Amino acid sequence: MADNSYSWPKAGETSSLGKRVNRIDGVEKASGRAKYTYDIQLPKQLIARALGCPHAHCKIVSIDTSAAEKVPGVVHVYIFPHAKPGSEIEWQGELLVAVAAESEGAAVEGLSKLKIQYEKLDVFVDDANLAAAQAAKRASKGGGKEQTEREPGDDDDEKEFVNAEFARLFKESKHIVEGFYGIDAITHCCLEPHGSTVTWNGDKLLAYLSTQNVSGTDEGFADGLKIAADDVEVRCEHIGGGFGSKFAADYWGLAAAQISKATGRPVKLMLDRDQELKLGGNRPSAYLKVKLGADADGVIKVWDSEHWTTGGAVGGGVTHNGVIPYVFEPKNYRRSQINIKTNLGPQRAWRAPNHPQACAITQTAIDDLAARMGADSMEIFLRNLGTDEARRIGGAKPSVYKAEIELAAKLMDWKAKWHPHGKGTAKGSIVDGLGMALHTWGGGANDSNCNLKIYPDGGVETFCGTQDLGVGTRTAIALVLAETLGIPYTGIKVNIGSSKLPVSGPSGGSTTIGGVSESHRRAATDALAKINDLVAKKLGVAADTLVAANGRISVKGQPDKSLSWKEACNLIGMRPLEVTGSFKRGTPSPLSNATVGGVQMAHVLVDKDTGVVKINKFVAVQDMGLVVARKQAESQIYGAIIMGIAYSLFEQRIADSASGAFLNSELRDYKLARLGDIGDIVVEIYEPESERSRGVIGLGEPPVISPGAAISNAVANALGVRVPVLPLTPQRVLEAVQKAGRA
Amino acid sequence: MTESTIKGPGDPGFSRREFLRGSGAVAAATALQTHAAAANQEGQAAGPAIVRGETTITLQVNGESKKVTVEPRTTLLEVLRTQLELTGAKPISHDGSSGGSTVMVDGKPMSASTLLAVAVVGKKIQTVESLGGAKPDAVVKAFVEHDALQCGFCTPGFVMAVRAFLDKNPQATEAEIRGGLNGNICRCGTYANIIQAAIAVVKGGK
Repeated sequence: MADNSYSWPKAGETSSLGKRVNRIDGVEKASGRAKYTYDIQLPKQLIARALGCPHAHCKIVSIDTSAAEKVPGVVHVYIFPHAKPGSEIEWQGELLVAVAAESEGAAVEGLSKLKIQYEKLDVFVDDANLAAAQAAKRASKGGGKEQTEREPGDDDDEKEFVNAEFARLFKESKHIVEGFYGIDAITHCCLEPHGSTVTWNGDKLLAYLSTQNVSGTDEGFADGLKIAADDVEVRCEHIGGGFGSKFAADYWGLAAAQISKATGRPVKLMLDRDQELKLGGNRPSAYLKVKLGADADGVIKVWDSEHWTTGGAVGGGVTHNGVIPYVFEPKNYRRSQINIKTNLGPQRAWRAPNHPQACAITQTAIDDLAARMGADSMEIFLRNLGTDEARRIGGAKPSVYKAEIELAAKLMDWKAKWHPHGKGTAKGSIVDGLGMALHTWGGGANDSNCNLKIYPDGGVETFCGTQDLGVGTRTAIALVLAETLGIPYTGIKVNIGSSKLPVSGPSGGSTTIGGVSESHRRAATDALAKINDLVAKKLGVAADTLVAANGRISVKGQPDKSLSWKEACNLIGMRPLEVTGSFKRGTPSPLSNATVGGVQMAHVLVDKDTGVVKINKFVAVQDMGLVVARKQAESQIYGAIIMGIAYSLFEQRIADSASGAFLNSELRDYKLARLGDIGDIVVEIYEPESERSRGVIGLGEPPVISPGAAISNAVANALGVRVPVLPLTPQRVLEAVQKAGRA
Repeated sequence: MTESTIKGPGDPGFSRREFLRGSGAVAAATALQTHAAAANQEGQAAGPAIVRGETTITLQVNGESKKVTVEPRTTLLEVLRTQLELTGAKPISHDGSSGGSTVMVDGKPMSASTLLAVAVVGKKIQTVESLGGAKPDAVVKAFVEHDALQCGFCTPGFVMAVRAFLDKNPQATEAEIRGGLNGNICRCGTYANIIQAAIAVVKGGK
């Protein structure tokens, strides 16, 4: 049963919620005053730097640290526990030895004096090449599922029945697409690398950690160091990039604590850029072969796919489960997954784990169906939605997608721009194309607790063990409190970023906004009820006649019968009023919800002579329930699209087949989108009452899912040829064009 | 590698090979040939000098003279961050490819991560912190107004890049803005908002 004692104000009756406001820490960040983990400078602090393994697969034979120890300025040399002689190292960049010194220069010089002998072992990094992976015995079954609309009879052999059904369904299909699609691995590439600055006070550890999980990483340090969790405080005021890779103390965090313990001095250990890209987490690659069959209308009747994927040396990868094919759910499908073990760093959850890859390797096939039919892609996407009563998709309701597609098409001017695949009018060597994709995500509220303090002088302050990844969590919290208490958001103090504050969930899976909105709306509603009781007594009215708005608490409809917020708070007494707000994940609540849908459309210009793809215009329509901080929500969608443009056109991890070396692990080589690469982006939040009334839903993941398929589809529409693997580099575009020319 | 000598107005030449050997935070301690006055505050000799070990120099940062102790290999970025408590410039890439450590040196945007501290003695160094304070610069205000920041780690470098670009191109068009600010990287994807912020500064005439 949902607890209905809490609710949001109706649309049109809000003062702060959903308004366009400046973020409360904007000036601090834009003028360089905001302190990140990397900026923490403690008295007598040592700088530690670590040596990454130069080989992708090897055994450590010996380590000689004696020369490093003699370097002037070097204070301590630390060998990581997994790097003892005899240890097997399975990816390049794995940290082996850390040197702590008085300065960065001395630490790096110390590293240069280390003498390590390695025995090189066999290497495999060609994750796109299934045959090579099988030959190298690096491929293994990763599961799968098959489903047919018709059930086998009692006497049927199940496997034979399924094979026969698939043969029949393909035979009956009016249109068949057979294709190969892929998306390379990318890295998290946080601009502030993973790392920490740590210091001990006796047996108590204070760790400044670049983390998405302040309330959970204290236990990580405690477990690793065999100390009590309440003896650890993790702090993170600001984090320089967290897209799913910063949930743990990490072994290098534990190393910093151990070096600090050994030397009796604070220690800073941040990964360097190369290590950040090699170790700081990556998004698994995925490559898929598919055969699909559709009826005369282009409705998919049967889907048969096999995909291969790698999460690196330690398993994982893109799951088949629930995301292949993406969003669309044909009645008959067979999907199988193959995991490939490579000598590359382990994957970490990257913004909407599995979804961007699944979208990119399956909604491209659906667009190829439209191309084969000579049909408008948008029409084929629409026909495959089904209806709310007879769905052909998972995720959001077909009616929501339909409304969003219509809205996006209007913003894109789709109908005027559309031409069948490869049939546009070229301007010199430039051809244009349109593509679209759609996505879904859960985004339900996470656990969150807060302590709200209201002072007798009217001051409002909250304490919450959450973190702001840059999405505006501080500002959103302030807006929720401001809305509830009827005061301006600007004066509210929001204290977050410490594990000693009331526990709030990690920021992963788009769960933060729901969680903190729940805890703060509840706390503020309860606090206001207490203040209202006092005001009611003072004014001689019933408490339920009071409303808090515009900095006053007044009797509804009688603005002259009121107290200012400050006068009202004066009634609290000598000590501040303190109220706790709590929300447990999964509790039905009128304040928050889950499951959103979004639609994105890309219009691209492709130069057939150079292979260069440019984004001309990009439209994103996104449902996110009730909007809390509108400007910041829009920023997050813009950002997701720009990240999407990066992985669609530029970004890829490149590894050398022979040595396993990660070749482009510096920013000069690891190509991200730049300011001039983004074209015109149009963001539209779809917030009719039917969506708004559902309550708050997370936004971080969904808009980053569709760009890959939308852009690939636009390029295919421009060229009349599919460039099968993302990113769509000029070389790949030219290869695809030339291959089609030869065929 | 051929030796070349770089000469600027009023600068004595210094050996490019020597400079390169000493440059960057990752280089081993080595002799660095540079401007004598840069290396030695007391001496005003015009010729090159050899700097070894720790040296105390004075830098002009945000309008103030600051004494700092450096080695030849110490970058301007390290000095700003570890000795002057100016952590706005960020260590995102050591080779300047991210623009994260952008500061202005004699009015020009440069990566503090690729400048040696001894090489900027006598030059006017301006960091992002100088654009904050009680009355923030128009670029800082526009970044906030247009929400041109998310995690904020690249933001100080971008603010400096935009300030320097608009100082030089006060009437910049949108196309010029899109073409002229490609030396900085943002991972959160704030470019669309930064373009709007820069346009707003041009319109505001500041």
